[in-house]
Amino acid sequence: MTTLNSRVPEGPIKDKWTIYKDKINLVNPANKRNIDIIVVGTGLAGGSAAATLAELGYNVKAFAYQDSPRRAHSIAAQGGINAAKNYMGDGDSNYRLFYDTVKGGDYRSREANVHRLAEVSGAIIDQCVAQGVPFARDYGGLLDNRSFGGVLVSRTFYAKGQTGQQLLLGAYSAMNRQIARGKIEMFNRHEMLDVVKIDGKARGIIARNLITGEIERHSAHAVVIATGGYGNVYFLSTNAMGSNATAAWKIHKKGAFFANPCFTQIHPTCIPRSGDYQSKLTLMSESLRNDGRIWVPAKIEDAKAIQQGKLKPTAIAEADRDYYLERRYPAFGNLVPRDVASRAAKERCDAGYGVNATGEAVYLDFAAAIFRYGSEKAKVQGLHNPSKEEITKLGETVIEEKYGNLFQMYEKIVDENPYKTPMMIYPATHYTMGGVWVDYNLMTTVPGLYCIGEANFSDHGANRLGASALMQGLADGYFVLPYTIGDYLADDIRTGKIPTDAPEFDEVEKSVKDQLEFFINNNGSHSVDYFHKKLGLVMWNKVGMARNEKGLKEAIKEIQEIRKDFWKNVKVPGSLNELNPELEKAGRVADFLELGELFAKDALEREESCGGHFREEHVTEDGEAKRDDKNFAYVAAWEYTGKPSEAVLHKEQLEFKDIELKTRSYK
Amino acid sequence: MNLTLKIWRQKGPQDKGQMVEYKVTDISEHMSFLEMMDVLNESLVAKDEVPIAFDHDCREGICGMCSLHINGEPHGPDRGITTCQLHMRTFKDGDTIYIEPWRAKAFPVIKDLIVDRMAFERIQQAGGYISVNTSGNTQDANAIPISKHNADLSMDAAACIGCGACVASCKNSSAMLFVSAKVSQFALLPQGKIEAADRVRNMVKQMDEEGFGNCTNTGACEVECPKGISLENIARMNREYLKASII
Amino acid sequence: MSGFLSSSIARKVAMSLSALFLIIFLVIHLAVNLTSLFSEDVFNEMSHFMGTNPLIQFAMQPVLIFGVVFHFVMGFILELRNKKARNVKYAKFNGAASASWMSRNMVVSGAVILAFIVLHFIDFWIPEINTKYILGDMSGVLPGEEGYRYFEELQHKFVNPLRVGAYVVAFILLGLHLAHGFQSAFQSIGFNNKYTKCVKNLGTIYSIVIPLGFIIIALCHHFNH
Repeated sequence: MTTLNSRVPEGPIKDKWTIYKDKINLVNPANKRNIDIIVVGTGLAGGSAAATLAELGYNVKAFAYQDSPRRAHSIAAQGGINAAKNYMGDGDSNYRLFYDTVKGGDYRSREANVHRLAEVSGAIIDQCVAQGVPFARDYGGLLDNRSFGGVLVSRTFYAKGQTGQQLLLGAYSAMNRQIARGKIEMFNRHEMLDVVKIDGKARGIIARNLITGEIERHSAHAVVIATGGYGNVYFLSTNAMGSNATAAWKIHKKGAFFANPCFTQIHPTCIPRSGDYQSKLTLMSESLRNDGRIWVPAKIEDAKAIQQGKLKPTAIAEADRDYYLERRYPAFGNLVPRDVASRAAKERCDAGYGVNATGEAVYLDFAAAIFRYGSEKAKVQGLHNPSKEEITKLGETVIEEKYGNLFQMYEKIVDENPYKTPMMIYPATHYTMGGVWVDYNLMTTVPGLYCIGEANFSDHGANRLGASALMQGLADGYFVLPYTIGDYLADDIRTGKIPTDAPEFDEVEKSVKDQLEFFINNNGSHSVDYFHKKLGLVMWNKVGMARNEKGLKEAIKEIQEIRKDFWKNVKVPGSLNELNPELEKAGRVADFLELGELFAKDALEREESCGGHFREEHVTEDGEAKRDDKNFAYVAAWEYTGKPSEAVLHKEQLEFKDIELKTRSYK
Repeated sequence: MNLTLKIWRQKGPQDKGQMVEYKVTDISEHMSFLEMMDVLNESLVAKDEVPIAFDHDCREGICGMCSLHINGEPHGPDRGITTCQLHMRTFKDGDTIYIEPWRAKAFPVIKDLIVDRMAFERIQQAGGYISVNTSGNTQDANAIPISKHNADLSMDAAACIGCGACVASCKNSSAMLFVSAKVSQFALLPQGKIEAADRVRNMVKQMDEEGFGNCTNTGACEVECPKGISLENIARMNREYLKASII
Repeated sequence: MSGFLSSSIARKVAMSLSALFLIIFLVIHLAVNLTSLFSEDVFNEMSHFMGTNPLIQFAMQPVLIFGVVFHFVMGFILELRNKKARNVKYAKFNGAASASWMSRNMVVSGAVILAFIVLHFIDFWIPEINTKYILGDMSGVLPGEEGYRYFEELQHKFVNPLRVGAYVVAFILLGLHLAHGFQSAFQSIGFNNKYTKCVKNLGTIYSIVIPLGFIIIALCHHFNH
């Protein structure tokens, strides 16, 4: 049995990274020219890593399934990026960012990794500004900050509501410079379908050219996986349609341990589902909860009438509304963390109080905020005894300034005016904290195989704070991996080019081709989406926001059945040697069908409630999540042994030397 | 609602391609346009036909992947949105909808409604960056104050999602709006000024080599741009180019 | 500057500069012609000056002709290139949804204006050149008559209603051409700032006033003859 070695350096937490960097092996510039690195995925993590590695002198081959690195789903991040710059002078520090992240993650992340993340956070902002990322500025020309949920300081840098886009374009521009120099060879519209190991080390990948269908072999001295999270295991999520877990899952099957798959973040403010045809869910920024009040009808008959379209929300009297977050969590009210808000919404809807036709929606009401802002503005403008209409009008202009683009997006999708009638929201899968297990160097359990960004498990524990995903992706890509990978590659300077005609390549290529041919030749009866939707439904109902032993056991069985059915009855039209989106989806769903089972297994094994993982058996007397630090303060790293059901659990015990473990309370 | 769709089908880059008519029934007005396409594709798979290939990914209007020319306009008749944000309530029962790929010599069709936008990549690679290495010790971010006005204008230009609607809408298939957005983003920032002359020269040269048409200032691109990128950027690029050429 | 005109932006700037030059020329041309409505003598004096001053005849006139020719040739070259940039046409293209007719049809209005200029040259310029430089009569006076000939020749041209009609149509197309061209010329040289609204308004006024002026002159002479 392999033992997990997290390779966390010795020394006080503040100095670990500095001391470590001083001592690790380096590759001299002349030798870097002889070393190839494959980077799969070109979002924030992969894009920044590819650019930086190329700048250092390595030969980089980068792969993206879209037609450009600029399309990666990092682009959709709205809110911002955290950095402990303390520009606001409000007492922020590396330690505080470290502390907030560990606490926010419900004490299930590795201290040393998180501290390093906080340490390099400032450099990310410097780097991005130097690249020309147009962060928001104040009138003095300096950078502006906003505050985000779960913290007491303002440390979030932002570029309008498109921070992810701007950071990604920054990394993309750095990549472009290296592509132009020939240091990055870019493979757009290519999908990695498996990793090739030679003598136990990752030495290459098999990729499919998505335009021609050609199966290609690519070799390298190290392989970096930066392919994002697996949220699409739910079918409906805020992820992009193409977001998939294939690369992560394929390396798992080749020996990389998969950690904490059950830690998934469900974001509370998404636009609800409107019908069975729904293909994805759209996120509304968390910032809306600053001004919106969340409620459902207090009376079940009102709820029923609303569901049948017989009653308008505005017709419900104040006394008949249940502002359940304010009721249950008076201290934090509508601003409780994401996991708490999501579960509370589900609880009300499960009880029958949902407010749309599907019964899966709650109201996010801005009427109070409009009135409050309107009254304030009326005072500022010196209006005496303003009428209700005047106040509303003034208030709406304030709300429009703050959230105009979000309100417009909502109106486009739902066709209701959120200024006049409350918004409807419902939780949706958003981010996966779990992922491929990596050590302090971001290397997986396979030598030479690295995993960065959302695809790995490292920094967010059981719950991620807002504006931390962008930080982690760029920290890994710009400032961590480029150092740590040298430590490994220093032994490879004499290896020379890795040949792609090795028998190991033959073997993996054959298995890849076999699977593709199977799909095309299998004269099944159902489309890929049919199975994906079925899987998503099981995941959402039984491995979703609240989980219990019975449901999880059922889920495991049901997923196994769907998988069996899939391999028997899946239908993939078209042919191998052409652009074939259905074929692409088939491979991805095949992997989700395995990952989903491990996900449920992990959730079943973790007999506690923490962060995004809520077990109904483990609650306090008043129904809140109950963490079990005595028995579960570990990372569950799963080893693949042939079937998800037979995965072997390895535990990486988490030690909290610098932070005291406390119960989160938002009452 | 029930609709008649006239959709461009083309097997591959060498194939000639043609408009093919399809009927879809029971379309909900709450569907997004791409969900309507999903429904059509599901029905094609069920009938053992090859589904229609179209580009899409984030389905929330930011990745720039979706690229349909709908009823004569890129991203359809609605304004300020991408195809994935277009909803069926924009159409009426019984409508006939034309769905075509972006048309430009520089954007060859790969399959059906998918075009090759590598020309945009090459333009970016020609100079759409600031030459700074990742080091971890660049100067502090606040050491370069930038006026809010310019930072905001730069952000507005940087909002471009690279979808190519500007080219698709332009009667000349000109890529000026796209190129000028990138040129402007950097030209407005002190960090970008150092390489400004080379950048604009190289990017415009690449743009011309890709076979895009010339700008005749019709302004269609600005109207059709899902992100509302302003024509001012084209004027700014013209200025930058003149400066770079004369000095 | 080498190879400057090989770039798309440079060509546009060249189009714009030639256009701005022609825009100024049109103002002068209209100003001179307008005098014909008020005073036969002033018109004659000015016409004679314009027609015989060596600076105008041998410096300005060639520049003007070059400007006109360049604007047309470049305009048609650009149009051809732009057409080539879309090798497969849309089955349905709703250009009107996003751009004005004027901006989309500059080559149409341009072609009409070109046809007009040919007619105009046959009417005025060729006889002038013939009289002055081939027959060598620089006097500006018709044999056996008193005073300059210009006003009378002008009036004579506008007798034929067909010609007047052709002129009016051409001027309307000129107006449409200018309605887009005026502000477009500023945009092309990079002038787009807080004064742009002003430029656009000025362009609208210009594109109405100038062609209207010429139309009024043509009609007045036609009906007052």
